[in-house]
Amino acid sequence: MSAVLEIEGLRKTYKSRRRGVRHALDGFDMRVEQGQVHGFLGPNGSGKTTTLRTLLGLIRPDGGRMAILGQEVPAALPEVVGRVGAIVESPQFFPHFTARDTLSLLAGAGEVPQSRVDEVLELVGLRDRAGERVKTYSLGMKQRLAVASALLKDPKLLILDEPANGLDPGGIREMRTLTRDLANSGMTVLLSSHILGEIQLICDSVTIISLGRRVAYGPVDQVLAEHAGSEVRVRLEAVADLQRAADLLSRAGATVTVRPDHLMLAGVEKTATVSRVLAEHNLYVSELTPVTVDLESVFLELTATAPVPGQHRQVDQSTKVGGAGQPDAAAGGWGA
Amino acid sequence: MSLYRTELRRLGKRRLTRWMTLLGVLVIGAVIVGTFFTNQKIGPEQRAAAVAEAEQQYQEQVTQAEQERAACVQAKASGQETPEGRYPEDCAAIEAPPRGSIQPEWFLPSTFDFRKGFEETIVTFTAIVALLGFLVGGSFVGAEWSSGGMMNLLLWRPRRLTVLLTKLGALLTGTVAVTVAAATVWTAGYWLVGTLRGSTATMTSGAWQSFALTGLRGLVLIVVAVTLGFALASLGRHTAMALGAAIGVAVVGQFGLGIVMAMAGVRFLEAWLLPTYALAWMQKKVTLEDWQSCNVTYYGECKPDTLDVTWGQSSILFAAALVVVLGAALVAMRRRDVA
Repeated sequence: MSAVLEIEGLRKTYKSRRRGVRHALDGFDMRVEQGQVHGFLGPNGSGKTTTLRTLLGLIRPDGGRMAILGQEVPAALPEVVGRVGAIVESPQFFPHFTARDTLSLLAGAGEVPQSRVDEVLELVGLRDRAGERVKTYSLGMKQRLAVASALLKDPKLLILDEPANGLDPGGIREMRTLTRDLANSGMTVLLSSHILGEIQLICDSVTIISLGRRVAYGPVDQVLAEHAGSEVRVRLEAVADLQRAADLLSRAGATVTVRPDHLMLAGVEKTATVSRVLAEHNLYVSELTPVTVDLESVFLELTATAPVPGQHRQVDQSTKVGGAGQPDAAAGGWGA
Repeated sequence: MSLYRTELRRLGKRRLTRWMTLLGVLVIGAVIVGTFFTNQKIGPEQRAAAVAEAEQQYQEQVTQAEQERAACVQAKASGQETPEGRYPEDCAAIEAPPRGSIQPEWFLPSTFDFRKGFEETIVTFTAIVALLGFLVGGSFVGAEWSSGGMMNLLLWRPRRLTVLLTKLGALLTGTVAVTVAAATVWTAGYWLVGTLRGSTATMTSGAWQSFALTGLRGLVLIVVAVTLGFALASLGRHTAMALGAAIGVAVVGQFGLGIVMAMAGVRFLEAWLLPTYALAWMQKKVTLEDWQSCNVTYYGECKPDTLDVTWGQSSILFAAALVVVLGAALVAMRRRDVA
C-alpha cells in the first residue's frame, strides 16, 4: 500500500529570550497509507496542530522531511494543495459572509466549479441555512461549514482537526458515517480528535504524539494488542478464600495482586490453568475475565496523562519518548 | 487570475467597503450641495445690488465724516477740552473717503468660478477618498487575518506573496475604479455648481489638462494611502494596527511634534508635518515663511525667510514610506508562521 502522507524527523523549535527554547516537534514521524482513516492523537500542546500547520505550509519547519501524495512539501505544496482538503483547529470564517458566499469565494480562489458549493452544502447538512451569515451559526454549524470547505476540492487527502468539536450526538454520528463513506470512496482521511471512542470506531490506524514525538503508531488493533498486557481478573465464590487462592496461583507462576473483592493476575498464558489450579484445592471461580484495553487507556498510559487524585497535571506534563527508545515521564514545555 | 477575480468579489461583498463607499458618496454630495447653496450666479441684478450697497456705504461714510467735522468745529469753537489726537488741527481735514475706495465688487455674493476654484477642491476630494481608502485598505486584509480567512485562503493558495500581492492588486483596482467614478461625479457636480451658481467661462484645454494632472497626483496619493493602510494591517495582522499607526502618527508624530517644536522655536516647523508634504504634492509647491525673521527690502519692507517644499521632496518621502512599510509587510508575510 502506498503512503499518502509521510513525515520523518520533523522538528519545530520556538525560541524565546524570556522562556528559553521549546521543541514543539522533536523528530516526529508519521505515515498514512492510501485509503485509510488515520487517527492522530495527543494531549493538548503535544504538537498535533503544529504538525498539521507545518504540513500545510502555515509554519516553517526547522528540520525533517514531509511528503504528501508522493511529493515533497512545502516545496511542492502549490502543486499538491489542490488535492488536499483541510481544516486546522477551530473553524474560522469571516463572520459577515454567508456560508454560500464563503464557499463560493474559496471555490473561486481554488478554481473549483461553483456547482460544487451546493453539493458540499448538501453533504454537510447546511443546504437550508446556506444563505445565513456565518456569525449566526452555532459552533457545530461552523464545524460543518469547515468540513464543507475542506471537501470543496474533492480531495485525495482530507485532514480534519477536531471535526466533531461542537457537534451534537447526531452530528457526531453523521460525521462518523461521512468519514467512513469518504474513505470507502478512496479518500484518505487524517483525523485528529480527542474523542478516543470515535477514533477507535472509525480509524484503521493511529499515531499517538506526546511532547513532539511519536509514542505509538500502527493499525488500531495492533496498538491495542501491544498495550493490552495479559491481566486476568478472578473472583471467587467466597471472598475469604482470596488470600489462599493468591498463594496457590503465585506458586503456579502467576503474578498476583490482591484486591478487596478480587485478584488481578499477570503473566497467565492460559486462563484455563487458573480454574484448574483453584479447583484442585476446592476453590471455585465465579468470574474469570481477561482484562481488555481500549484506546483511551492506551492513550493515557502512553502519554502519562491519566488523572491522579490530588494532583493537577499541567498542559505540558506528558510522556516524552527517551533517547534509548523507552518511554520516560518528563515535564515538557519551556526549558533552558 | 481566478484569485484576482475572487479578491475583487470579496472586496465588493465586504460591508465596510460598501459603507465607506456610501459614506464617501454622502460626504462628496454634502460638499457639493454646500458649495451650491453658498454661491450665487452674478448677473445684472446682483451687480446693481452691489453697486447700490457700495453707494449706501459711501453715503454713510460721507454722513459720518460730516458729523465728525461738525463736532470738531463745535469743539474747537467752544474751547472744549478733547483728548489729544481726537481731532486734527484743521477740522477741514476730516473728509469722507474717495468714492473709489469702496468698491461694488466687495458686495457681490460669493460665486463659484470653475476655472479659479475647482483645482483647490481636488485637494479636498483627495483627502476624503484617501482617508476612507486607508480604512478600507486596512480592513480588507486586517479582517482577513483576524477572522482566520487568510489562513483558510493559504490552505488553498500556499504561495503567500502571490496571495498578498493579488489582494493588494484587487484592492487598488477597486480603489482606482471607485475614485475615477467619484472624481467624475465630483467634476460634474462642480461643473453644475459653476454653471448654475457661478461661471464656467474661460475654460481652455490647458486648464482641463492642469486639472487632470492635479487629479492624477491626487489619485497617486490615494493609492499610496490605501497601500499603506493595507500594508500596516497586514504587518500587524489586524485592522487595528493600521488605525493605531495612523492615530499614533497623527497624535504623537504630528500634534505632539508640532507643539514641542513650536515651544522650542524651531524654524519652519511645518516642514516636519506630513500634511505639508501632501499639500506640496498636490499643489506642486508649498512655501513656508518664518515670520520671526525680517529681511528688509530696498523699499523698507520686511520680508520673512521662506522655505519651499516641492512635490519632488514629497514624492521621495511617500515613496520611501511605501517601500519600507510594504516591504516589511511582504517580508513578514513570507517569513512569519501563520498561527
